[in-house]
This record gives sequence, structure tokens and C-alpha cells, in this order.
Amino acid sequence: MAIFLQLLFTGLGIGAIYALVALGFVLLIRAASVVNFGQGQFSMVGAYLLVVCFNVLGLPYLLSMLIAVILMAGFGVLFAGATYWPLRHRGGLPVIISTIGASIFLENIVLVLYGPSPEVLPGLFDSPGIQVGPVFMDSQYLSILVSATLLVILQYVIFEKTLLGKKLQATSQDKEMASLLGIPVAMMILITFAYSAALGGLAGMLVAPVLFVSVGMGGLIALKAFAANIIGGYGSIPGAILGGLALGVAETMGASYISVPYKDAFAFFMLLMFLMVRPQGLFGEKISEKA
Amino acid sequence: MAHVDLASARIWRGAPQAVAACVAVVALAFVAPAEGYYLNILMQAVTYAIAVSGLVVVLGYCGQISIAQAAFFGIGAYGVAIGTGDFGLGFVPSLLMGVAAAGLLGLILGLGSLRLGGHYLAMVTISFQQIMTLFATNWISFTHGPDGIRDIPRPTILGVSFANGHAFLALCLVCLVFSTLAIWRLKTGRLGRAMQAVRDNELAAGTCGINVFGTKVMAFGMSAVMGGVGGGLFASGFQYISPDQFTFGESIVLLTMALLGGVQSPFGSLVGTVVLVLLPEWLRFLKQIYLAVYGAAVILIMVFLPDGLWGLMLDRVIRRSKPIVGDVSPLPLLSEQGAETDEIVLKVEGLAKHFGGVKALDGVDLAVRRGSVHALIGPNGSGKSTFINVVTGLYRPTSGTVTFAGTDITHAAPHLRNRAGLARTYQNIRVFRGMTVLENVMVGAERPGNDIAENPAQVVDRALAALDFVGLRADAHRQVGALSYGHQRYVEIARGLAASPQTLLLDEPAAGLNLTEKHELGALLRRLKGHGLTILIIDHDMNLVEQVADHITVLNFGRRIADGTPSVVLANPDVIAAYLGEPRREAA
Repeated sequence: MAIFLQLLFTGLGIGAIYALVALGFVLLIRAASVVNFGQGQFSMVGAYLLVVCFNVLGLPYLLSMLIAVILMAGFGVLFAGATYWPLRHRGGLPVIISTIGASIFLENIVLVLYGPSPEVLPGLFDSPGIQVGPVFMDSQYLSILVSATLLVILQYVIFEKTLLGKKLQATSQDKEMASLLGIPVAMMILITFAYSAALGGLAGMLVAPVLFVSVGMGGLIALKAFAANIIGGYGSIPGAILGGLALGVAETMGASYISVPYKDAFAFFMLLMFLMVRPQGLFGEKISEKA
Repeated sequence: MAHVDLASARIWRGAPQAVAACVAVVALAFVAPAEGYYLNILMQAVTYAIAVSGLVVVLGYCGQISIAQAAFFGIGAYGVAIGTGDFGLGFVPSLLMGVAAAGLLGLILGLGSLRLGGHYLAMVTISFQQIMTLFATNWISFTHGPDGIRDIPRPTILGVSFANGHAFLALCLVCLVFSTLAIWRLKTGRLGRAMQAVRDNELAAGTCGINVFGTKVMAFGMSAVMGGVGGGLFASGFQYISPDQFTFGESIVLLTMALLGGVQSPFGSLVGTVVLVLLPEWLRFLKQIYLAVYGAAVILIMVFLPDGLWGLMLDRVIRRSKPIVGDVSPLPLLSEQGAETDEIVLKVEGLAKHFGGVKALDGVDLAVRRGSVHALIGPNGSGKSTFINVVTGLYRPTSGTVTFAGTDITHAAPHLRNRAGLARTYQNIRVFRGMTVLENVMVGAERPGNDIAENPAQVVDRALAALDFVGLRADAHRQVGALSYGHQRYVEIARGLAASPQTLLLDEPAAGLNLTEKHELGALLRRLKGHGLTILIIDHDMNLVEQVADHITVLNFGRRIADGTPSVVLANPDVIAAYLGEPRREAA
């Protein structure tokens, strides 16, 4: 039981990372109908920016994170400019392929700059963690869980309580109508890219002390975040969060109780199972094309 | 018999080129170096090109992204390596085993398309790719793990030894010639057209009798088979394989080759493969950032070269297809005489469709008599379009039944309804934009169940006849997107007519047409009348409806408010109040 609770805690921690990345995914799908295959590389670039600010420039940790998040937002706009903007009128496929191109480009550029050996980042807190009953709560996993919760609340407030949030929602629901109402749709889409990149970057920074910072860290996270999206339900925000958490827990338990080498395969098997049995996911609705 | 010649010409199309190409490549293989570096480069280019041509089928023709081609390549390679090594089989059985395994897994991956749209399916293919890499690396007892497999033999087939480099390269090249020609021919065949129709417009493909799901599964299967063949030859060619040759990164490389060359043609994918196999050799000084350049190239190709190098070359060389002149047999329906009968061909009872709390259709009854022109009218939001979408199977009804020609089709898939003889057009035009006018109409003509569907020459003949009827014969070889809006609508009508349906459903055919075009449309519909074809027309245009309708049904708020002959219905005060909203004189 103690082991089970310990695994549950760790699983939720890693699941929160998947949830954050999945959230970035969903927002872009909703706002711009873009399935961004470079979402994982947002996390990777974010983590490397933190390495630059903290390890290289020696800035304080929280300030480094802040700067890195701001840079990521700008990076999101650049990313949109290269992969989405020139192709936005040509349907979904070309944009998908160009985001794939961007992900390859980013990984290999960082590889050239930093080499294949992973960088090490310390945790947010010096203390290793606290013992609560039978469970040892690692301080970085706690930071991840707390940050993820705060971000979800913040996002809820922005989307539901502010005018900007309403405009973003309007854009994601009906671009044509939104633009007729005077909402600058292009701007809203760029904001979504910026936010999505910042979110992905932050997820990368939070998970960096646990996983090491490496060029390949993003790809796998993104695939799992994608699986989380399907498990939670296509385009569903609560689905992305719960799907991410469920996946993190399932994977951690699977690795411990079933097989370590195939740890990364559990996500894909869960994904395939959901596709067979419940393709609309936990929260999704079946979407059919309008005739 | 002009069309018989056409048919035999089609069967042998490409055969002389195939023979010439085979001779040329065998000669080339024997002047090429028999071993060493340059042989390796050639072998890599050829085996990759076979795998990349599979992407032309799945991505180019069918419009589905598959990012697992390296996995299928690997499955073919492991088939040969494990089959010849551990199982002690010959090369050919081993290759067939690997290719069968790849094809089967490709079909299974394609099954995912039942539930998932394009981009999500793409993610599933990546997941598949990752799982395969995990297996290749970790299932050591079967795959020999990360060390790979050495000393894979080259085959002796029918007593001919392919052990030497010349001979094996020749074998690979001949395979490449055949795969390239097969895929080139596929494009202009029935299955290839079906794939392109699915790519361009899934809904319209379904209502043209194409089994959309089956077609996608087929495309995935074929693509995987090509991957497997390429991989099997690769294993025997290099005599050594390891899991890192078949990773996600390699899948991206294969995808880039297809995109760079041009994913609409196997010649394009061949050009792309050759360029990208040679490029790293020319760009050796880039070694470090080689993959970064690759990534950037993908974006640049998508932005600046959407049709790839091959597309660019075709644009430079002016190509103009000759118009097909000469007589065609007129549409069979025009030779028939048939007035309205009492037989009910389409019967709808208590049809309801609720979207959440909105009752778009709320218990509608409708009976269409064979040979009649039946109009369904009603104000905006009255449920007309929902009605036609439920009847053609695009929406599932909440309750009620639809009976067509005596068969209950309430739960049949759209393509099965079309096969039963139900054709339709769309209010917001749904033509297949990547295809020519003729090809669009041919898709209609070759619906399973049509009398001439199995004969390619007669399909062309029927399609031309339908284009003749709507007056677009001269535009047969133009891209459909180059036509005006009104003419695109005629292409849809021709597509429906070429299918020789029992019943043609016209969804607001006059929408978006200017006055002249509306007159033309009216004339066209009058010409169709009296030939025994049943037409259900949905429209707002009272002028048009009055001209052609034998019978009118009026919907409002999802309910039927009137039904009968035009004079009776249009005098009905409820109809005037609900639909016209003012005295009829002024509305008309």
C-alpha cells in the first residue's frame, strides 16, 4: 500500500507535466485548428533557456524561470510565423508537416549548440522533500503539482472572467463570426501560440530537474501529452488535464508492476485501447464534419 | 469501336516503357561499381525509393499522413534477416513474410482511421513507430536487440545468384521500375481515383459510393507493403541491419523525400529520394547540422514548393491533354421515357433529428413517387438540409425510418445508399478539387452498382456523356477548381447523372448562382424531366420550383406543414404565412 501511494504521488507529478503540455496542444487545436507536432520541443527549448539563464548567466532561479517563460512566449509567436502563418489557408495537412519540420529543426539546432550530453538543473527548492505518512513527497514533484494547479486556476480565470479570455473563446468557436464582431482573430491566434509555447516551456522547466535536460526530452513528452488528449477527449480542456494525470499514474504503475523497458509503450497501448473502446475519450464529444 | 481500343491501350499503358526501363536499369546496374561506397549509395537510394513510393499512395493519393514508413521498412528488413537467419527460410519466403507482416500491420493502422481524423491518425502512426522501435531494441530473443543482425545472405532465385553487387542492384532496380509504374498507373485507375476523392472530400466520396474507410485502410496497407519490400531488399543489400536504421527520424527522412520530390507522383518521390540520398554526400561539410537543415527544408518545401520538384518540372514543361473528340453514347436515361408513376421510391416516415435540445427535424413524413420531380421547400432553418443529410446517411436520425426502393436504409452507410441508386449534390459545392472535371464525373460513373462501372472505357464514355449533357465537355481536362462556381455545380450534377441513379437529390442547386445561370439550370432540369429519373430538389427559388416540380412538400421548424401539387401547396395560407410571409404575387 505504501508503495502504491508512493507511485500514485510520483505518477500524478509526471502526469501533471503531461497535462500542461496537453493543455497547450488543446488550446492550439481549438484556436487555430493546428495540431502542433512541435509542442514537445517547446518544453525542450524552455528547459534549455532555463539552463542558459541559470547555469550559464547565473541569474536567480525564479528570475531565470520568469525570463525563460517570457522568451518562450515570444518564441511561440516566431514559431507561428514560420510554420502556421504562410500555410494557414492551405488546410490542415501542410501546417502539420511544417510543424514536424520545425520540431526536427529545433532538436538538431539545440543538438549542435549543446551536444548530446544532458544538462543538469537543480530543483526549485534545496530541501529534498517531506515525509507525509508512508509517502515521501519529493520537493520538485510537489512544485510541479502546485504549479500545475495554479496554472489551471489561472487559465480558468483568464478564459472565463476576462474580456481577453472571451475573445479567445470566441475565436476558437467560430473564427468568421468572431472577426465579424471586430475581434482581431489573427492576434488571438498569435496570443494562443505564445501562451501555448510559454505553457509548454514552463512544463519543460518544471520537469527538467527530474528528467535531465536533453534534446530528446520533448518528443516523448509530446507524444504522451497527445495520448492524454485522446484519452481525455478530443479538444477538451478538462479532458487534457485528467487524461494527463491518468496517463502519468498508469505509466508509473505499469513500469513498477509490469515492465521497465516498455514503460514508454504503456501510453501508446492505452491510447490504442481508448481508440478501440471509447474513441471520444473521457470528456469528448463525437465531432462529425458539417455537411 | 473507339472505346475498345481505348480499353486495350489502358491495360498495356506503360508496358513498353517498363520493358525499356528494365533493360536500361539492368545495364546501369552492370556498369555501376560492384561494391564499396558508391554501390551502397545506389542501393540505399533504390531501396528507399521503393519505400517512399508507398507514401505517394497514402499521403499523395489518399491524403492520410503516415509517419511510420521507417517502421514498415524495418519490418520488411527484419523479415528477411530473421527469416533467412533464424528460421532458415529462403530469401523469397522471408521477404514475403516480412512484407505480409508489414502489410497486415499497415491495415491495422488504417483501421484507426475509422475513428480518427487525419492529424490524430498521424499521431497514432508515430506511436506505432515508437512501439516498433521499442520492440526492435528490447525484444532481444527475437530481434537480436540493439546489436542488430549481421551476415544477412543475398538470394539465389530460380537458380540465378544475386550474391554479387551488380546482380543484386539490378534486382532492386527492376523492383523499383515495377513499383513506380504500378503506382503511376494506380493514380488513373478506379482505386486511385477513389483514394483521391477521399483525400479531396470525404463526405462527397462517401455519397459517390466510395467506401471511404475501406479505401483508407487499403491505402495504408499498400503503403506498408511498399515499405516492407524496400526494407527487405535493403536488409539483403547491406547484409546488416540494426534498430537505429528504422527510427522515427528515418520516417521523417522518408517523408521529406516524398514531399521534396512531389507526393502526387511516384516519379516525384523517386526524384526526391535520389536528391536526398545524394545531398548529404554533397553536404558533408554540414554533417553536424545536417538534420537541422532537413527540418528547415521541410518547412521551406511546404511553403514554397507545395507540389515538390516534380510538380515544378511539370509546370515548366507545358502539358496540355488533347480534348477527347468523337461521339459518345448519350446518357442512357435520356433514351428512356417515363412519367410519374404511383410507386413510392423514397419513403420517409416519422423522421426526427435532434441536435441536443434543437429539433431540426421533428417527425417528418415524405413520399417521393418514381419518375416525379419532388420539391422540398421551407424557410431557412426549417430542416431541409438536415433532411437531405439524414436521408443520404451523413447524419444518423434520432428516430424514424427511411425506405428506398423497398429497402430500409435508415442505418445504412452513405456509400451503400449510393450503391442502391441514391445520388446527391451539395448546397456548398463538394467537388474533388485535386482532380480534373472528367475525373470528378468518372468517380460518379464508376460507383459500384452502376451498369458500366466495371469497364474503364465505358466509364470515360459515360462521364463524357454526362458532361455533354451539362455542356462542359470542352472543359473535361481542366482542373475542377479552375471552373466558375456555377460550372462546378454542373460538374456535381454531371457526377450525379453519370452514376445513373434511381433518385437524384439536389440540395439547393440554385444557391449562389446568378440570374443567367439560374435560367440555364431551370432549362437543364426541364430537359431531365420526363425520362423516368426521380428528382428530389431542395430550393428557395420559387420560380425554379414552380417550373419543374410535380409535387411540393413544405417544412417549417422541422415539421411538415403542407404537401401536395404546386398549385394547392402554394395557395395554402399556412405556407404563405410561414414561408413566403407575404402575398404570393410579390414574393414570386
